Amino acid sequence: MMATLRSLSGLLFSVSLTLLGLIAVTFFIGRVVPIDPVLAVVGDRAGAEVVERVRVEMGLHLPLYQQFWDYLSQVLRGDFGNSVLTANPVAEDIRRLFPATLELATAATIVGVVVGVPLGVAAAVWRGRWPDHVIRVVSLVGYSMPVFWLALVGLLVFYAELGLVVGPGRIDIYMEETVPFVSGVILLDSLLAGDREVFWSALSHLLLPAAILGYFSLAYIARMTRGFMIEQLGEEYIITARAKGLSPARVVWGHALSNVRVQLITVIALAYAGLLEGSVLTETVFSWPGLGRYITGSLLNADMNAVLGGTLVVGAVFVGVNLLTDLLYHFLDPRVR
Amino acid sequence: MTVSAQEILTLPASRTGAGLARLCRVWRELATNPLTLVGIMVIAGLLVMAVAAPGMTSYDPLAQDLSQRLLPPSNAHWCGTDELGRDIFARILYGARITLRIVLLVLAVVAPAGLLVGCSAGYLGGWVDAMLMRITDIFLAFPKLILALALVAALGPGLDNAVIAIALTAWPPFARIVRARTVSLREAEFVQAARLMGAGRTRIIATHIVPLCLPPLVVRMTLEMSGIILTAAGLGFLGLGAQPPLPEWGAMISTGRAFLLDQWWVATMPGIAIFVVSLGFNLFGDGLRDVLDPKTETRV
Repeated sequence: MMATLRSLSGLLFSVSLTLLGLIAVTFFIGRVVPIDPVLAVVGDRAGAEVVERVRVEMGLHLPLYQQFWDYLSQVLRGDFGNSVLTANPVAEDIRRLFPATLELATAATIVGVVVGVPLGVAAAVWRGRWPDHVIRVVSLVGYSMPVFWLALVGLLVFYAELGLVVGPGRIDIYMEETVPFVSGVILLDSLLAGDREVFWSALSHLLLPAAILGYFSLAYIARMTRGFMIEQLGEEYIITARAKGLSPARVVWGHALSNVRVQLITVIALAYAGLLEGSVLTETVFSWPGLGRYITGSLLNADMNAVLGGTLVVGAVFVGVNLLTDLLYHFLDPRVR
Repeated sequence: MTVSAQEILTLPASRTGAGLARLCRVWRELATNPLTLVGIMVIAGLLVMAVAAPGMTSYDPLAQDLSQRLLPPSNAHWCGTDELGRDIFARILYGARITLRIVLLVLAVVAPAGLLVGCSAGYLGGWVDAMLMRITDIFLAFPKLILALALVAALGPGLDNAVIAIALTAWPPFARIVRARTVSLREAEFVQAARLMGAGRTRIIATHIVPLCLPPLVVRMTLEMSGIILTAAGLGFLGLGAQPPLPEWGAMISTGRAFLLDQWWVATMPGIAIFVVSLGFNLFGDGLRDVLDPKTETRV
């Protein structure tokens, strides 16, 4: 028990150090890297007194450690400054947009797990035979393809040529804002409001981007599952299980797979966090109103507060997901305990 | 591995001889895997494209000809033309130079940086190790593309800044790998022997540890190359990498987006180039890992 507490507090300590580091990095990018951060805000046509006023407003006349302290206390209060582009507080923008990214990433992870895990298991069971080769190619292609290009080709084929799915966007335009914002996840909100039409519209819009992002997590999940399963299937308890006459299906799905459960959770969590990254490009292609598109949109308008706020939130979610898997490891794997 | 009688008879006499023989052996093993050969061919193709682009097409990648705009693929224009009448095939050929330049520049920064950080952390241990690995972890905690985006936002768009941003986000895995290898070598007997004979830290690291860190580093480099290419293309696609009229593949896809539904070739052709090249690096990297570093099967 004491040991558990000690390792947990160690974990929390290292996570808070990492978070502090994240904040330091974004501070560095925002304040130190640009040659003149004031210029980035006011543009090069502003007069001298405007530049001076903004410099004082931004606290740039203070020494660097003072600036960092101010930034740190601001961020810890959840204040990322105002967005130049939307004129809202960045934190508010992120709160509004993040559920859309979450919806997309979750749907994609579901695709990745539901397809990827069985594929990985099949590759391990038929190791070196054709299913293994097919799956190897599938995951190699996933590692090599630019996600934004696959998204464009997907739109071209399934939307323009075949007409199987609806086009970009998160919902049909005339339905926008018809469902009250509760969780921000439209699929949930429309169900809560009992609006079937909105639900189906949202689902049909989600289909293609989720499938495309899901393909990338599938590639990763299948490959890792294969590795874990090959390791397990070589163990002696598997031979015992076979020898006592259990059906092959029972051995593979019951014995071997349940022993890789913990490792799989880590992989799935990592894939989930990785999708946040893929969603930046996918959201741009599909005009998906999420955090990724917010970051890239602000980028092109030199809206540094929004870019750094978004970056920090994504980084923090990354750290959070990693912490969560560490904790799960702790409680699910008796060896770590 | 057992040594056959013939191999003993042909044992190399000098150090360079041994090095050459090893290179030969690696090559022979690589050549047995057809997929690795495909990868090597793709990389060779990329090099040829970059070097011999002017000899492979008569079109100028930047020359605009508005009477020839948005033509579908044909015998005259193998990949069609874009919205300014430029030959897409020629642009892809010349774009190989940009891709190659980005990859080489990034690796030239990242590999030595990874060696330096990894070796010092692994060999010196203690608080140096703790501090360096903490910094590495912080950089690993950001998704690469998003950190690169933020960096380019601060530095301003452009090819050189994209290279800086990618390099700053790409070094942590290298440092990790080198450190792991260094830690496993630190107490090895031959290192202890060198220490007993009075060799200093720098000498031990430079002559004993670094050479043994190279194989996993090289494997990692080839595997990371496709990631670098994809990140660079992503930055180009978002308009943050190479600026027009440079024929960067990601930027070409981005301009082709506007014509996607009616002129599909403008956006799809450069994407095929990106895909083939990064697939080539992945295939080669997988093969190289099987030969040089067979213990690590799964990729992190």
